[in-house]
Amino acid sequence: MDDVERAFRVAHGPAVATLTRLFGDLGLAEDAVQDAFVTALDRWPRDGVPDNPAGWIVTTARHRAIDVVRRNRRGRELAAEIGRDGPTAAADPETSEPMRDDQLRLIFTCCHPALRVEHQVALTLRLVAGLTPAEVASAFLVGEETMAKRLVRAKFKIKAARIPYRVPDDAELPGRLRAVLEVLYLAYNAGADGAGRHDLRAEAVRLTRLLAALLPDEPEVAGLLALMLSDARLPARGREDVVLLRDQDRSRWDGALIAEGQALVLDCLRRRRLGPFQLQAAIQALHCAASRYEETDWAAIVRFYDRLIAVMPTPVVALNRAVAVAEVQGAVEGLRLLDELGSELAGYHLWHAARGSLLRRLGRRTEAAAAYERAAELARSEPERRFLRGQSETLRRR
Amino acid sequence: MSQYLLSVYEAEGSVQGAPATPEEMRAFMGRVIALEEEMDRAGAFVFGGALHGPDAATVVRGGTGLDKITTDGPFVEAKEHVGGFYIIDAEDLDAALAWAEKVVEATNHDIEVRPFRATGRLEDGH
Repeated sequence: MDDVERAFRVAHGPAVATLTRLFGDLGLAEDAVQDAFVTALDRWPRDGVPDNPAGWIVTTARHRAIDVVRRNRRGRELAAEIGRDGPTAAADPETSEPMRDDQLRLIFTCCHPALRVEHQVALTLRLVAGLTPAEVASAFLVGEETMAKRLVRAKFKIKAARIPYRVPDDAELPGRLRAVLEVLYLAYNAGADGAGRHDLRAEAVRLTRLLAALLPDEPEVAGLLALMLSDARLPARGREDVVLLRDQDRSRWDGALIAEGQALVLDCLRRRRLGPFQLQAAIQALHCAASRYEETDWAAIVRFYDRLIAVMPTPVVALNRAVAVAEVQGAVEGLRLLDELGSELAGYHLWHAARGSLLRRLGRRTEAAAAYERAAELARSEPERRFLRGQSETLRRR
Repeated sequence: MSQYLLSVYEAEGSVQGAPATPEEMRAFMGRVIALEEEMDRAGAFVFGGALHGPDAATVVRGGTGLDKITTDGPFVEAKEHVGGFYIIDAEDLDAALAWAEKVVEATNHDIEVRPFRATGRLEDGH
């Protein structure tokens, strides 16, 4: 990605956000920003990228949008009013108050619960992160035309149903923020699952960083950022072989990302308002803190899982907790906890894999092999299937 | 200001949690009356009503210039049907959804919220 492309991406969210506030029309804002980019493509390579690219884009897009609305009668008054509105454009997009609020408005509108989740993700990546429709399409492995339709439908609903362009008030904020964080985490994981979609992972981190700067008093945002950073220490999970945490070469982890994530976790712990993302980040930070697998502080990890399961009582959290408990209290106790989850997780490959691992530790090789075999059948990716089948075959060989 | 249709969906047959005794019925009525008064005070209430069930429905089919055919029954045979509705004025979708939550709370039924594309009589010049 060259300088101009990067500048476009960073400018896109703030520019669309501000234009939407000024003109009250998301579609018009997006089109005007697009036009401003076309103008920039012509001028920037010749004159250089301006000091404040987002400000330049907003100014240019605003003139463009005024031209568009002047063409109809209703728009003329609006245009006159906005023309007098002064130079919002000179402001720095990340710190200036109105632009800060504009970006929050745009994020909350894109992630409104009245939109289905796949539309929320698509809109957020398109409008806030500034990915092109083609880039959003390839991030979610759908055709460009399908993605274009998805974006059109989502924008139609915002307009037709009048989804408001505002930051939720304090009473609504926790619920609405959770939806935004889910969208960002979904985008991150979509990027983590394919080595070819690395860029998406970076964009999700960038947006989460932005949100953390916009909402410094919301510790769950910092928690999500810390969780992403500690996960990003690893290369993206692509077609490569699965390497268990136990066997990873820890010297190859990205130390800078780990340190940043751990600093965020410490801040979160001090604030004492631990939500699900912060607790997951704390668990990851403990894994990262061990320079060898054998040094992992499993007792502390179990304590965080106890707190996590209290606020997020899902079967998958219970599964992860059982695995940690097995490291502290032994495989018998871990297996007992796993077997309690059988009715809920019988279709989940990692439940069978966890059972296989504990059964092997207890010397119950035939049962362990069968569990790994079942896990392989249910696995979702080829590397996982290969790994799990390998475990099963090793157990059966002797 | 926009207008929204809040459709109250009911399931066929007896519904879990539906008022069964006279006391429950009175409590249900009390909640709905209080809600409608609240809508009135807020200037949100435009119109509302409760419908007879699908067994009272009749469908007329045909087309412009074609013979009309009248049949007994609802347009779509389904387990769920619209049992009643409100038309409300609301500033935006969030305001409409806030009313919908109150209707769910009062009636114990699910609500579909739909924005009007246009209201009133169609006039020339549109």
